[in-house]
Amino acid sequence: MKSTKDIAALLDEPACEHNKKEKSGCAKPKPGASAGGCAFDGAQIALLPIADVAHIVHGPIACAGSSWDNRGTRSSGADLYRIGMTTDLTEQDIIMGRAEKRLFHAIKQAIDTYAPPAVFIYNTCVPALIGDDITAVCKSAQELWGVPVVPIDCAGFYGTKNLGNRIAGDAMVNHVIGTRDPDPLPKIAAHSGIKVHDVNLVGEYNIAGEFWHVLPLLDELGLRVLCTLSGDARFREVQTMHKAEVNMMVCSKAMVNVARKLQQQYGTPWFEGSFYGITDTSQALTDFAKALNDTDLTARTQALIKREETRVRAELEPWKARLKGKRVLLFTGGVKSWSVISALQDLGMVVVATGTKKSTEEDKARIRELMGEDTVMIDDGSPRALLKIVHDYQADILIAGGRNMYTALKAKVPFLDINQEREFGYEGYQGMLELVRQLALTIESPVWDAVRAPAPWKKYQDAGRQKSLPALEQEVAHG
Amino acid sequence: MADILKRNKALSVNPLKASQPIGGSLATLGFNRSIPMLHGSQGCTAFAKVFFVRHFREPIPLQSTAMDQGSSVMGADENVREGIRTIAEKSRPALITILTTGLAETQGADVQRNVREFREANPEFADIAVVAVNTPDFTGSVETGYAATLTEIIRALVPDAKDAGTCPGTRKRQVNVLANYTLTPGDLEALRDIFEQFQLRPVFVPDISDSLDGCLTDEDFSPVTIGGTPLSEMTTLGDALATVVIGASLCKAAELLEERTGVPTVSLDHLYGLKANDALISALAEISGRKVPERIERQRSQLQDTMLDTHFMLGQLRIGIAADGDLLGAFVDLVQEMGAEVVTAVTSCNVPLLARIPVASIKIGDLEDMEIIGKTNKVQLVIGNSHAVDTAQRLGVPILRAGFPLFDIIGGYQKTWVGYRGTRQTLFDLANLVINYSHEEIPVYHSIYAQKPANELTELHSSKALSCH
Repeated sequence: MKSTKDIAALLDEPACEHNKKEKSGCAKPKPGASAGGCAFDGAQIALLPIADVAHIVHGPIACAGSSWDNRGTRSSGADLYRIGMTTDLTEQDIIMGRAEKRLFHAIKQAIDTYAPPAVFIYNTCVPALIGDDITAVCKSAQELWGVPVVPIDCAGFYGTKNLGNRIAGDAMVNHVIGTRDPDPLPKIAAHSGIKVHDVNLVGEYNIAGEFWHVLPLLDELGLRVLCTLSGDARFREVQTMHKAEVNMMVCSKAMVNVARKLQQQYGTPWFEGSFYGITDTSQALTDFAKALNDTDLTARTQALIKREETRVRAELEPWKARLKGKRVLLFTGGVKSWSVISALQDLGMVVVATGTKKSTEEDKARIRELMGEDTVMIDDGSPRALLKIVHDYQADILIAGGRNMYTALKAKVPFLDINQEREFGYEGYQGMLELVRQLALTIESPVWDAVRAPAPWKKYQDAGRQKSLPALEQEVAHG
Repeated sequence: MADILKRNKALSVNPLKASQPIGGSLATLGFNRSIPMLHGSQGCTAFAKVFFVRHFREPIPLQSTAMDQGSSVMGADENVREGIRTIAEKSRPALITILTTGLAETQGADVQRNVREFREANPEFADIAVVAVNTPDFTGSVETGYAATLTEIIRALVPDAKDAGTCPGTRKRQVNVLANYTLTPGDLEALRDIFEQFQLRPVFVPDISDSLDGCLTDEDFSPVTIGGTPLSEMTTLGDALATVVIGASLCKAAELLEERTGVPTVSLDHLYGLKANDALISALAEISGRKVPERIERQRSQLQDTMLDTHFMLGQLRIGIAADGDLLGAFVDLVQEMGAEVVTAVTSCNVPLLARIPVASIKIGDLEDMEIIGKTNKVQLVIGNSHAVDTAQRLGVPILRAGFPLFDIIGGYQKTWVGYRGTRQTLFDLANLVINYSHEEIPVYHSIYAQKPANELTELHSSKALSCH
């Protein structure tokens, strides 16, 4: 089990603005009124997209049984990450102290069946509590079978999803990154005549394959992505991350510890950026050129930006007319609010309020800059609070994570999913076209009128809203 | 009858099993104004919630005692008490269930004591039913967690006939129905219709057809279930004519209910297939003292006709099934009634019913086991949940989606499987899945002397590599 000291060290993140506050960013959850995942959840989300690794969840069935095969992330080839693996601990394993032994054999079984380049072991609450030494098991398994076995000590009770992201990042820095040098550049790179730079993306998950909207542009510019941690990544790519010239922290600060530690240990500079919206995509590309300090690259980047922006703005024109002036309530989790705000403003939409629960002071300042001083910032993300704001500010659509989808739909409010479970990719210039299509699809749908209007034989309009709960309950019971 | 093959590998690959608290939550969600609270870390609840949301496409009331490092080591009694108090204050539900997880059980939680302590300290919430159930993740499955929770809810809420003055048959039309986890909202609606045709009033315990059926209400948001069995009904169960129990997993709950109320029990393992539904209809005719309605007779004949039409596709079909015990038993009976062979049967954990299921062997395992045994035994069709879609694809056979969770189709949660009509539709679905695959096609033979047009001959050469069938 991680000691409280270890956890405190992980929570202390000098590169995160929340750190400067009195309390760390992650408040203690309240029994009976909590929402959100656990550290295991966060660690698994962060690393599961590494597609060729055998991911073994060490614990009883609950941890893997209801969570495997549950990601929108896509791989361009290997698909071992979609095979759910768990030690599925039984009562006997726990009482008789057989859990470590089972883990040991489980690692062997995974290696024998699937010959993965590495095995990741996710520790969960029960083995942490009974004192399984997963680090020791991983070490002897690795020695015995010659395959890297990486312990990720992420028991759920250690803390939040965010902490889990950091534990995952830490495990990569401590056990994987720096264990292999990158391949030589492929011959094709030499022919193009441009200087190729090695870069990493940290916190890019390739949801619905959206990074494939961006990757061709990076290729064109001669930016070789050694690794995206962790969308469509392979173990051998993660191993080489120390050799990048610059790291980009994509959108969320969840794995900022990786960027910081790579800077400390290897001197790699990093910057934060996002590929959501035209403005931010162009900014990210410009920042790469700036960080790499290559005048030729800068010139080519500017030309590419101009070409892509012109193209996509022309294609967006007919959509803008349809979406202009529509009012949006934006409640995002992992994705930076300001990043999406600028994407929506690019379309002429009005963001009436935005969630800032996870935003830093710096984020908030940017939001004010973009939206003006009177911007409504929402900290309370409870369904009731969100719906109140939708009604009070007459929002046309709620853009939020999948968790809030049914909150919106049950209240007959148009909804767009922006979090990691979604099925559509919005990154890059091309992603904006998908975003407008999805926005228009829900906002303009004829179903809203159909579900909001009372049945033709009911004369009273909207009577349900004034009804008291017991009356409603009776109606439901008898209806 | 079946030979039960125990788990013999260290690693579970592509798990079939979901944990007991999921089953316990599902049982709870079938009661009106209820909310389950899992006693564990936040993730336990978050994962269970996602599991249900993806299956039902509904907001799901579910809370957590949010155990952290401190309470995991030092004791989490206060988490339980505070959790109940917070929910009681904020949402004023009718029922809260406290379901333990692996974490809480390993730590040594005593949730029953915690509930007593809450009762003593907070008399102002005496009107809220609070039921604690031991549902550790490291034993059992959805099926056992569901059954255990239903048993405890009955224990807490159904009064003894002597104390309450109930008497079997006082309510001349009421029949209690203990419904297991295999019954979908669509199934319960169909059952209600069947009971009502006999002029009977079914009281489903629990009733997810009233809470998880995807109904759009006037209420924007509710932190607890809207619909489900009202708790007030629990005190009327003792006045019913009879109790119909669907699912072998509910035998303990049924015994307890009969012990408490004296209401006679009719036990049915499931309602899939002709024979099973004949048993239900016969029971209802007897309970109600009425003739079987013509409409039902007609539906029975329709099913018989469908059995004739589909037996060509389903006869001798080699089927693989992966499901918890009750559902496995139901499908085995259904397909065997059609002359199909169950050549692969995989289930999540050992339950008494397994011994009675008429197949050669049942493997306690995961979807990898189904894949391996299925390959050896050459299955032609797979029945399983959405996770088994990839398994079926790798086996190169079609899949009938059934069980929990169904996340890659819309409306799977409300499919009607039971009754003559539900069975008929299932047979259509099964037959349609194999209508083009069930018989091995004779490979085309081209004579070396053939006088076919020249273009056919070139086509033949170019497609040769593909025609491995």
